[in-house]
Amino acid sequence: MLDGTDLIYAYDGSFEGLMCCVFESYQRKEIPSVIRPPSVQETLFDTAKWIETDEQKADRVYNSIPMKISPQAQEFVKLGFLTCDPHKEMLIFRFLRLGFKHGGKVMMMLTDDTVCSLQKAVRHLTSESHKFKGFVRFSVYGEVLIAVIEPKNYVLPLLSPHFCDRYRNERFMIYDKTHGMALIFQSQKAELIFVEELTLPDVDSAELEYRRLWKQFYKTIAIEGRNNPRCRMTFMPKRYWSQMTEFDEIVGLAQWQVAETGAKEPQTSLCTLDARSTYKISPDYKVTKKDLFHV
Amino acid sequence: MIIDVYNKLTVLSDSAKYDVACTSSGVDRKGKFGSIGSAAKAGICHSFSADGRCISLLKVLMTNVCIFDCKYCVNRVSNDIERVAFTPHELAELTINFYRRNYIEGLFLSSGVIKSPNHTTEQLIKALELLRSVYHFNGYIHVKAIPGADSELITRLGLLADRMSINIELPSQESLTLLAPNKTKESILRPMGLITAKIQENCTDLVKYRHASKFVPAGQSTQLIVGATPDTDHKILTLTEGLYKKYHLKRVFFSAYMPVAENSLLPSMDTKPPLLREHRLYQADWLLRFYGFEAKELLDEQNPNFNLQVDPKCNWALNHLEKFPLEINKAPFEMLLRVPGIGVTSAQRILMARRNSPIDFSGLKKIGVVLKRAQYFITCKGKIMDGLKVTSDGTIRALMADQYKLPSPYPEQLSFFNEPFITREDVQQCLTGQI
Repeated sequence: MLDGTDLIYAYDGSFEGLMCCVFESYQRKEIPSVIRPPSVQETLFDTAKWIETDEQKADRVYNSIPMKISPQAQEFVKLGFLTCDPHKEMLIFRFLRLGFKHGGKVMMMLTDDTVCSLQKAVRHLTSESHKFKGFVRFSVYGEVLIAVIEPKNYVLPLLSPHFCDRYRNERFMIYDKTHGMALIFQSQKAELIFVEELTLPDVDSAELEYRRLWKQFYKTIAIEGRNNPRCRMTFMPKRYWSQMTEFDEIVGLAQWQVAETGAKEPQTSLCTLDARSTYKISPDYKVTKKDLFHV
Repeated sequence: MIIDVYNKLTVLSDSAKYDVACTSSGVDRKGKFGSIGSAAKAGICHSFSADGRCISLLKVLMTNVCIFDCKYCVNRVSNDIERVAFTPHELAELTINFYRRNYIEGLFLSSGVIKSPNHTTEQLIKALELLRSVYHFNGYIHVKAIPGADSELITRLGLLADRMSINIELPSQESLTLLAPNKTKESILRPMGLITAKIQENCTDLVKYRHASKFVPAGQSTQLIVGATPDTDHKILTLTEGLYKKYHLKRVFFSAYMPVAENSLLPSMDTKPPLLREHRLYQADWLLRFYGFEAKELLDEQNPNFNLQVDPKCNWALNHLEKFPLEINKAPFEMLLRVPGIGVTSAQRILMARRNSPIDFSGLKKIGVVLKRAQYFITCKGKIMDGLKVTSDGTIRALMADQYKLPSPYPEQLSFFNEPFITREDVQQCLTGQI
């Protein structure tokens, strides 16, 4: 088997694409040293091999995971793809090769470097998404709730079931600024879409009043004699603060001005969740079914 | 009117903040069409206040009017402070609006005793009924049972809430008589027993009738004040264990006493809250609930208080060195749990990983074991860790290195001569504070 140390796979960044990389590797009996998504810059003398995404090949790999390894492994790989680990492609790739070799017990090989690193990345994802279940802050615009988050991992698919269940009678949107995605829930249907920018209208006086009440509650509930900023930072690192109502004075950010200046490309379509707030959908709008695992 | 709510919220959350419980755990409940809210078994923290405590619930009093005169409490009748009360409507509006914005996981409602325990309980029921049936609130509710209220009222209250708690506050009858003259052990333990019985009764009902309404599905909890009275850790921990066993409590919370009143019976106003002692009690509480320890293993009449320098688990291990070192690849789960540096999660992972292949030290590190602490108590494939010098004083120094910076009994100085040989007994005595 060719174990090319300089073999590089380039794929389109989709989950199906990654599955095709696995397929290719088995078919050609070769092991890439890097699997590169389009977001990573090419280096000089780059001889990456482009792996075309093929729905059928992807399905063959994907559907064989629960049979050859285990259903848990399939879930694990899907989660792995949502993480922000810079080497997630290679981790998933190596995990799958290991899994196809050893079967279901790969999930118990906790002392293996690949399994351990992928598990760490997945834990980072799940713990971040758990934190966001609490740290998401909605603002009320008329009948609609809108929140902005800046997570490291792609947590929206994990947040979706929680918030859709909790706010069954509401219409809401959670905008992930980091990944340019938004979760939209209206008339009992959840959707994940690419959003380039988001312009929000001014908030009304009732909204301002409840923010004021919340800030006051937040300040009052702390016991002065037990002040412990380090402990707070451990549980709620500062990177979360910028989008949280209780800190918007401290951080000094106008929380709701998330609109980026200037529209670079012509607007392809304009969705309206609420008559007053508008968001622009990115032109390369492409959502594959496996990107929307949990919605 | 909303200005008014602002002031009420300030006063009533300020009075409620000394209640430490703010968990929203213990019950999983799906959302319902036509209602707002759900509950997650693990609980969700929505923020953390400047003191590092989790904010999960909107923690307020219904009113801070109180006919009781508990010496340690801000709301005692003899204290000259502003008295206000929420109307049920104001409280419901506030809860729903905070909840919609995802500020909170639910409501934590307590109250001063207004007119009588029964009257107060009726007020609480009124507020919760409004929230549940008119506002269709399906989120988490933690409510305080008022000591001395009728069983029938407590039962009704319990059907509206997820968790109920009655604070014991003081761990002995003598302390109660002295500091909380209107409360007795009986008035606290009777409703507690009632809630326990009701929960059990409800469990059998639920088996019989699927739609039987749920009585405090997330169980009950209580709180003990630490440091207001001379009660020892041993007494507190034994009581805690009793509460878990006899009353099946979900949690016992400890609250380091914050002086809020000048009284000759209480520690003086400039007393610092015993935070480290509180921390040790919580560590021991975890050992009771998840690690299979018993209170009598951790403390006894001779050592009635926790060592502030070493955590309770380490302390136990150092007192039982004859049980170590433990072979990681063979030791049973219960014993793995007793090794300092191995927690419940890593013990489970060890069990899983060693079914596959024998574990070595680098594997343990990947699993998440804190080797810095565990290394002195374990072997992997029959070997101790490479380069580990097992000397009694080395162990003690290493174990104390990441502990609180208390003055070290061993001055750090290089010496040309060997340090005097220290026996195991010396180490144990030093750590258990018998010197």
